[in-house]
Amino acid sequence: MKILVPVKRVIDYNVKPRVKADGTGVDLANVKMSMNPFDEIAVEEAIRIKEAGKATEIIAVSIGPAKAQETLRTALAMGADRAILVETPDEVGSDVEPLAVAKILKAIADEEQPGLVLLGKQSISDDSNQTGQMLAALMGRPQGTFANTVAVDGDSVEVKREVDGGLETVKLTMPAIVTTDLRLNEPRYASLPNIMKAKKKPLDTKAPADFGVDISPRLTTTNVAEPPVRQAGEKVEDVAALVAKIKEMGIA
Amino acid sequence: MNTLILVEHDNSSAYYASLAVVTAAGKLGDVTALIAGHDCGAVAEAAAQIAGVSKVLKADDAAYANGLAENVAPLIAGLMEGYDAFLAPATTSGKNIAPRVAAHLDVMQISDILSVEGPKTFTRPIYAGNAIATVESSDPKLVITVRGTSFDKAAPEGGSAAIEDASGQGDAGLSSFVSSEIADGGDRPELASAKIIVSGGRALKDSETFDSIINPLADKLGAAIGASRAAVDAGYVPNDYQVGQTGKIVAPEVYIAIGISGAIQHLAGMKDSKVIIAINKDEDAPIFQVADIGLVADLYAAVPELTGALD
Repeated sequence: MKILVPVKRVIDYNVKPRVKADGTGVDLANVKMSMNPFDEIAVEEAIRIKEAGKATEIIAVSIGPAKAQETLRTALAMGADRAILVETPDEVGSDVEPLAVAKILKAIADEEQPGLVLLGKQSISDDSNQTGQMLAALMGRPQGTFANTVAVDGDSVEVKREVDGGLETVKLTMPAIVTTDLRLNEPRYASLPNIMKAKKKPLDTKAPADFGVDISPRLTTTNVAEPPVRQAGEKVEDVAALVAKIKEMGIA
Repeated sequence: MNTLILVEHDNSSAYYASLAVVTAAGKLGDVTALIAGHDCGAVAEAAAQIAGVSKVLKADDAAYANGLAENVAPLIAGLMEGYDAFLAPATTSGKNIAPRVAAHLDVMQISDILSVEGPKTFTRPIYAGNAIATVESSDPKLVITVRGTSFDKAAPEGGSAAIEDASGQGDAGLSSFVSSEIADGGDRPELASAKIIVSGGRALKDSETFDSIINPLADKLGAAIGASRAAVDAGYVPNDYQVGQTGKIVAPEVYIAIGISGAIQHLAGMKDSKVIIAINKDEDAPIFQVADIGLVADLYAAVPELTGALD
């Protein structure tokens, strides 16, 4: 069984995004970029499934600018076997929308015939939380979103999902799409020898047109603004002062 | 504009999140509420009472009992013939189903809207709420998820909508529900709808310490209990306690952050709270930059003292 793992290059988790003064977007010039943390978890899970002898090949895919190659090399260094970059124009703030990404992934899945597609539940850039579900719909396959535990068993996969009230388990007939939540696993760091080896692993470059997918956006962003700023209040000296404040406000 | 909204429910009662969706949909046009479930007549009756709902569609089928997206999304896509917009709450259930509907309809979903600016224009948070984007759709139909804390709740009573039956193709044969482990909070209010939330962070050390420090204060205030991602990852509390960018978004009257430093991902989930109170040993903790009232103190002394003083 093959596992397809889509990964996205996003602003690093530890960087505080700054909104550009002209309201056109977030300033990404000279900002550290990394693999979307949820996608890292997806790569790790794919590797674990392969290590358990339940998968034969892991294919990492990224849809993004030429620099997304770095993200794919990270996936290869972690343990993916080969990679596909679907290169899109490098214009800041021009991320391909989830619907178009899902269409490209569908075309790749049609060629590669993976038993599982494992990807992050959302990117930490646009926070859409759509791509996995859309891909599942386009492929006419089941989805296990917000996965906390993934257990492949023959032709099916059981996914324990993180839902608002707690946890829920669903059983999906493969091929299936699984999106990862934070507690599925802790991704490994790539070792230096593996980083060197990853440079020699195959990486194909394609274009959206190769798959006949139109990536023109359906949504237009007309403005990007800072959120309303919350002012810091006051610090109180001790618990007695805090209690007085709380009573004054009528909370207790 | 005719809108169709997904009412989230457990087959016996509707959840709070749906009331905000009624308000958001009402800003676009006429509101039809869909109840997809099994033996869900009581929910349909209740939804018909919500002020602002003009029609209720009830799709009663065993295939819809557990809200499986593979079964529910085609039902909704089929019904969308007669509607211009579909709205769902931005809960785990809404987030699971809505993008699948959008793909069936070949439209781009607008996730987690904060406001309705025009018939096709909305604001939504990006980058963990560090930026607010205004987006306009060019699609013929809209698919939207709604952030519940950003819209007033519609009144649960006062309406008198007619209930009609609806049907789809039922079981798609792709997935099945196995089990759920839903925490029973007892008398404690739910995180999403609580007026007061007491939330604990990594500083609470372990599960026993978390319970012994946080629970008595929450009990005294009749508050729900939340946690930072660090506390959840460390196993102090279950995943459904998590407040933040990837957990729950809350906006209670009062949010009490205990031993939480205030990472941007956590602030993204609670900074719209009316009053924020923070107790932290580190006076430079970022949580103090958003707190209305801050107390720099050792939580092991301060919280029990606070709990004791609130009689």
